[in-house]
Amino acid sequence: MTRTAIAAMEVGAAQPARLRLAATATNTTPAFRFDHLHKTFRSKDGAEIVALQDVSFAVARGEFVTVVGPSGCGKSTLLRILAGLDRASRGHVELGGREHAGPSRDIGVVFQAPVLLPWRSILDNVLVPAQIQGRDRHVARERAMHYLELVGLDGFATKYPNELSGGMQQRVGIARALVNDPLLLLMDEPFGALDAMTRETMNVELLKLRERTGATIMLVTHSIPEAVFLGDRVIVMSPRPGRVTQVIDVDLPARTLGVINTERFGNYVSSIRTNLNASGGLDG
Amino acid sequence: MSSTPASSNGSNVQGHWLTPTRRRAMIALFFVAVIVLWEAAVTGFGISKLIFPGPAGVASAIYQVLASGEIWPHLWVTLYEILAGFAVGALAGFLLGALIGQSAVMEAVLYPYVVAFQTVPKVAVAPLFVLWFGFGTTSKVVITATIVFFPVLANTIVGLRSAPRDQVDLMKAFTASGWHVFRMVRLPHALPYVFAGLDIGIVLAVIGAIVGEFVGAQAGLGYLILQRNFSMDAAGMFAILVVLSLIGIVLHAIVKTLAQRIIFWADAFTDLSRGS
Repeated sequence: MTRTAIAAMEVGAAQPARLRLAATATNTTPAFRFDHLHKTFRSKDGAEIVALQDVSFAVARGEFVTVVGPSGCGKSTLLRILAGLDRASRGHVELGGREHAGPSRDIGVVFQAPVLLPWRSILDNVLVPAQIQGRDRHVARERAMHYLELVGLDGFATKYPNELSGGMQQRVGIARALVNDPLLLLMDEPFGALDAMTRETMNVELLKLRERTGATIMLVTHSIPEAVFLGDRVIVMSPRPGRVTQVIDVDLPARTLGVINTERFGNYVSSIRTNLNASGGLDG
Repeated sequence: MSSTPASSNGSNVQGHWLTPTRRRAMIALFFVAVIVLWEAAVTGFGISKLIFPGPAGVASAIYQVLASGEIWPHLWVTLYEILAGFAVGALAGFLLGALIGQSAVMEAVLYPYVVAFQTVPKVAVAPLFVLWFGFGTTSKVVITATIVFFPVLANTIVGLRSAPRDQVDLMKAFTASGWHVFRMVRLPHALPYVFAGLDIGIVLAVIGAIVGEFVGAQAGLGYLILQRNFSMDAAGMFAILVVLSLIGIVLHAIVKTLAQRIIFWADAFTDLSRGS
């Protein structure tokens, strides 16, 4: 494990001031923590594939952490383990200070595809997690409407998924992930299928949403600029076997699209790119 | 026959001139042409009415069988056999399909029996059913049910497997139980397939009921056909065939309409059922 990764485990050590405040104000236990996580798959011909190798880092409550790396670096596997959809081969996962395995009611998930149920209205789609978890109907409905408003879809509650654009569908997916007020929001390349313009808009909206909900977010992406723009901290992973090679605290003056053209932003991006090149992660 | 522009639902290339009115006119025109040709062929070649009646003879036979009221008791019997057999077979096929669709183990254990059962021609088993359940309607209901069973079962299994993996994973991440996943994701995803199976099943149900009546019956449209066969009444047989065909068309249309109402989100249904 590299020195940067070890440093990252000491949560709050090098965070922007506002986040440290948020973290100490609520609780000092991290939102979640990976502790020497390993994951090996067995391929069809019987060979062992190491997807994750000794991954350790912790994320504070209210923190927005992005995980960036080339395809096949195990970043999605990391997210799936945290979501309870896969199990680690070795190591521990802690959620809110407790050993964690299996799906949790405290977690909301967004995948690359919105995977809405086409026979349900937008409102009913957002209500799916609430329904699964047997939450009070009226409360859930109000929350669903609230989050639909937050993602800018308040007029679309009675529409059906096929009446919405890809970007709008993904926003429904985000509202659905938030409907139970999860402690942790997991996003696996949530904007990967969207065009560049929509993607930028969604990034800005996601940051606004994060400010209003105060949710802890882990977002997986293969876009370096997206990782820097969104993350308070960027976890950089190497290609297979997936290891954490760099952890970068991002300190930007403002999270608006204008910041993308600043030198500081560019420095973060090129630092990560250099790191990925060194580990053989980028082709060009 | 089906390659005439009128019978293809194409509004593609010929879209400009093929207005709905013209389309309907063409369909009607083609129908009239078929009838005229039929009559001309029968009279022109001097074919005996006892062997192959003309459309006029069939029409008058239909009128007679309806007007005399002779057909009604038989029609109700056959319709009952079709519907009851369809209901039993479809329900059994769906339930067993849902069970087998649950897991690979279930499929490994149960499916060989299903296939073995399906490979036995139902027509060949029909005499046994008559032996076991008598000459009444019960044996026909059973035969019909066994024929309807398989397409519904096979389609249910495939349908339950058709849910996208992402969708199922997402449900699990939201702590959904197996039942939740089944009811909220797998079952609705299976419905277009189930209805395609039902659509095939309802047409087979008509065949099942008639086959059963051929083997041994005291009433029904199949029984009526046999009776007319014995009395060399070809026109009368044609009349019953027309009625049977109408029953099939109406039942198929009902299933299709129901499917479109229930599976409102899927455009795929028409494509799935077209082959039947």
